[in-house]
Amino acid sequence: MFAYIVRRLLYAIPILIGVNLLTFTLFFVVNSPDDMAVSQLGDKYVTPEAIENWKQKNGYDKPLFLNPDAAGAARLTETIFFDKSVRLFAFDFGRSESGRDITSDVATRMWPSLAVALPTFIVGIGVNICVALMVVMFHGTRLDRGAVFLFVALMSISYLFYIIGGQFLVAKTWRLVPISGFHAEGQVWKFLILPVLVGVVAGIGAGARWYRTLFLEEANQDYVRTARAKGCSELTILFRHILPNALIPILTGVVVLIPSLFMGSLLIESFFGIPGLGSYMLDAINSQDFAIVRSMVFIGSILYILGLILTDISYTWADPRVRLS
Amino acid sequence: MKPVILWSDALIYLLVIALACFFYQLRKDPQTRERWAEVFSSRLGMVTFTVIAAYIAVALLDSLHFRRALDNPEGVAVEEVFYDNKVTSVFDLLTGGMGERFERTYSAPFALISFEKENLKDARGNDIRDYPPLRHAGQHLADPSQHAADILGKTLTALLWGLLLSALLIGPQWLLLRRSRYPWHYSWMVQAMIFCGGVWMVSLSRYYHILGTDLGGADVLYQSLKGIRTGVLLGTLATLIMLPIAVTLGVMAGYFKGWVDDVVQYLYTTLSSIPGILLIAASVLLFQVYIDLNPDFFAVGMEKADAKFIALCFILGVTSWSTLCRLIRAETLKISQLGYVQAAHAFGVSHTRILARHVLPNVVHIILITFVLDFSALVLAEAVLSYIGVGVDPSMGSWGNMINGARSELSREPTIWWTLTGAFFFMFALVLAANLFSDLVRDAFDPRTSLRRVEA
Repeated sequence: MFAYIVRRLLYAIPILIGVNLLTFTLFFVVNSPDDMAVSQLGDKYVTPEAIENWKQKNGYDKPLFLNPDAAGAARLTETIFFDKSVRLFAFDFGRSESGRDITSDVATRMWPSLAVALPTFIVGIGVNICVALMVVMFHGTRLDRGAVFLFVALMSISYLFYIIGGQFLVAKTWRLVPISGFHAEGQVWKFLILPVLVGVVAGIGAGARWYRTLFLEEANQDYVRTARAKGCSELTILFRHILPNALIPILTGVVVLIPSLFMGSLLIESFFGIPGLGSYMLDAINSQDFAIVRSMVFIGSILYILGLILTDISYTWADPRVRLS
Repeated sequence: MKPVILWSDALIYLLVIALACFFYQLRKDPQTRERWAEVFSSRLGMVTFTVIAAYIAVALLDSLHFRRALDNPEGVAVEEVFYDNKVTSVFDLLTGGMGERFERTYSAPFALISFEKENLKDARGNDIRDYPPLRHAGQHLADPSQHAADILGKTLTALLWGLLLSALLIGPQWLLLRRSRYPWHYSWMVQAMIFCGGVWMVSLSRYYHILGTDLGGADVLYQSLKGIRTGVLLGTLATLIMLPIAVTLGVMAGYFKGWVDDVVQYLYTTLSSIPGILLIAASVLLFQVYIDLNPDFFAVGMEKADAKFIALCFILGVTSWSTLCRLIRAETLKISQLGYVQAAHAFGVSHTRILARHVLPNVVHIILITFVLDFSALVLAEAVLSYIGVGVDPSMGSWGNMINGARSELSREPTIWWTLTGAFFFMFALVLAANLFSDLVRDAFDPRTSLRRVEA
C-alpha cells in the first residue's frame, strides 16, 4: 500500500511537468511577452521602450529556455521558463501582474471557498441519495418514470438559471437572506445558506439520476434475489443489502472531487460575491492576469492528481476484494 | 445579392453531408437498423427527434448568409455594385425582418409604450415626462383600447394559417408514411405545433414585440431565435473537431499497446488534470490577443466573430477529447483480445486493415453515444463561458450573451424578466430534447443496457 502510494506520487511528477510545459507553451511561446506587454499596456502607450520597461518590471526580459549570456547552471536558471514555471514546483507562485503575492492570496481565499463547497458537497450527496432511494422504492411505477423525467428536466436547466432564480426568489422576493456578500465574523451562515442551497438543488437532477442507476444495478444482483427469496421485506433489502453495496461506487465516484473542493465554484462565488478561489480565478481571467491563471492551473492539477490517488485508496478501504499493487 | 460563406457555415454543411453519408452506410447493417428502429419506435424518440430536427433546420437556414446589394444613390450611374456591410441570412428573410425593428430601450412583451420615461412634448407643446410610444408596436391601432382584442384576433388568424401550412407540409408525409410501423403521428403533432408557433411568431412580430425588447432596443424573440444557430453549431462542431483526435489516439493506444499506450495515457491524464474551464479560458484569451493584434484579417465584422467562434469550437474540442479517448482505448483493448482479431493476425492481415475492418466498426456505438451526450453539455457550457467572458463574440446572438446581459436586471423594479425567459425557454427545449433523445440512443446502443433489458 505504502509503496503503491509512493509510486503514484512519483508518477505525478511527469504529469505535472507536462502540465507546466503545456501552460508555458500557451502563455509564452504562442503569445510572446511582447504581445502580452502590448495588451497589458493598451495600444496608446506602445513604444519599444515601454514594452522593455514592462518586461523588465514583470521579469519577462530573459530568454525563454536557454540563456547564452550566463555561465554554468545559470544558463538554465536565468530564463523565463525557470522563473515562471519551475518555481511553481516549490510552491513559489511569485507575484501577480498587479504586484500582489499569489501564495498569500491563495492561502486566505481558500477558506471561504471551502466554507461554501464543503457543505454543498456533503448536503448534496445526502439529498441525492435520499431522493434516489425514494425513487428506487417505486421502481417500475409511473412515479418512477415521472421522477426520471423530472431529473432529466432539472439537468437541462443551465446552472446560471439556478443561481439567478435562487437569488430572485429567496433573496429578493422573500427577503430571507442577503443577495450576496460575505463576512468572516459573526453570521457567516446567513451568507452561506443560499449558495449551498442553490448548489444542492442544481445538482439533484444529475446526482439523483446517477445514484438511481447505481441502486438499480445492485437491485439486479443475485444476492438481492436470494434475500427476497428468503422473505426479507423490501425495506430491509433496500437499506440492509442494496444501500451498503451501492455506497461503494458512490464513495469512489465522489472521492475524486474532494481535493478540488478547495478550488471552489467559479459561478457560485462570483454571483454571490464570496471572496474564494473561484472568484479569484474569474477576476484573473477578466483582467488577463496570466500569472494567477498559471498558478491556479498548477494547483488545480495537483488537487486532481491527489483526488485520483485518494480514489484508489478509497477503493481498498471500501471494498476488501480490491488490492493495490 | 452576394453570398457569403463563413467558415462555420461551410463546416456545418460539411457535417450534415458527412452524417448523411454515415447513416446511408449504416443502413446496410441490420443490427444498427434494428437499434435505430428501437429509438424511433418509442413516442418519446419521435417527439424529441422532431424538436431537435426543427432546431437543426433553423440553424441550417440561419447558416445561408449573403450580403444585400445596396441601391445606387439617385442620379449616380455607377457600374460597380456595392454590398451592405451587414450579413443577412435566409432565416432572417423568413422571419420577415423581425430583427430590423429596433426601439430605443427596454419594452415589455406586447407593450405599446416604452419601459422608461422620457422627456416628451404633449399636444400643447409643454414639456412632460412620460412613457413614449414604441416605434414598431401597435402602429396600426387607432385606439389603444383595442389592444387585447387585436392580439386575440391576430392570434386566431395566425393559428388558422399555421394549421393550413401544417396540413400542406404534413399531408405528403402522411401519404408516404401512414403504413409505417413507427409512431409518426406523434412527430406530426409536434410539427403542427412548431408550424403554428412559427407562423404566429412571424405574423405577430410585424405588429408587436412578442417578447419585448432589451437594453439596446433589439427584439428579444429574434435574439432567442438567433441563439439557436450558435447553440446547435457549437454543440456539433466541437464534438466533430474532437472526434478524429480521440478516435485515432484511443484506437492506437488500445491496439498497439506498449509505448504508444503509455504516451497516449500520459497525454490524456495530463490534459484532464488541468481544470477544464481554466484551460479553455486561457486558450480563448490568447486567441483574442492574437486577433486584436492582427485586426486586418477579416473583411466584415461577422467574419471576425465567426473566426472567434470557430476557435472556440476548436478549443472546446481539443480540450475535451480525453474522456472519449479513454473509453475507446478500453473498448479497443477488449476487442483486440477477441478471437476474430487474433485470427486476422494469424492470416497476416495488415494492421491498418484490421483496424479499419474489425476494430473501428465496433467502437462506432461509443462515438455515437458520446456525440449525442456531449451535445447538450456543450450547449449548456456555452452559456457559462459567455458569462465568464470567454464565450462567443457579443455581436453573434447567443443565449449565454443574453443571460449575461440581463442577469442584473432582475433586481430592477418592476422586474425585467422577458430576456431571461426567452433565453431560458429556447435553451431548455433544445437541451431537454437532446438529453431525452441521447438517453434513448444510449439505451439502444450500449450493449450493457440492452443486455440488462433482455435479462429483465
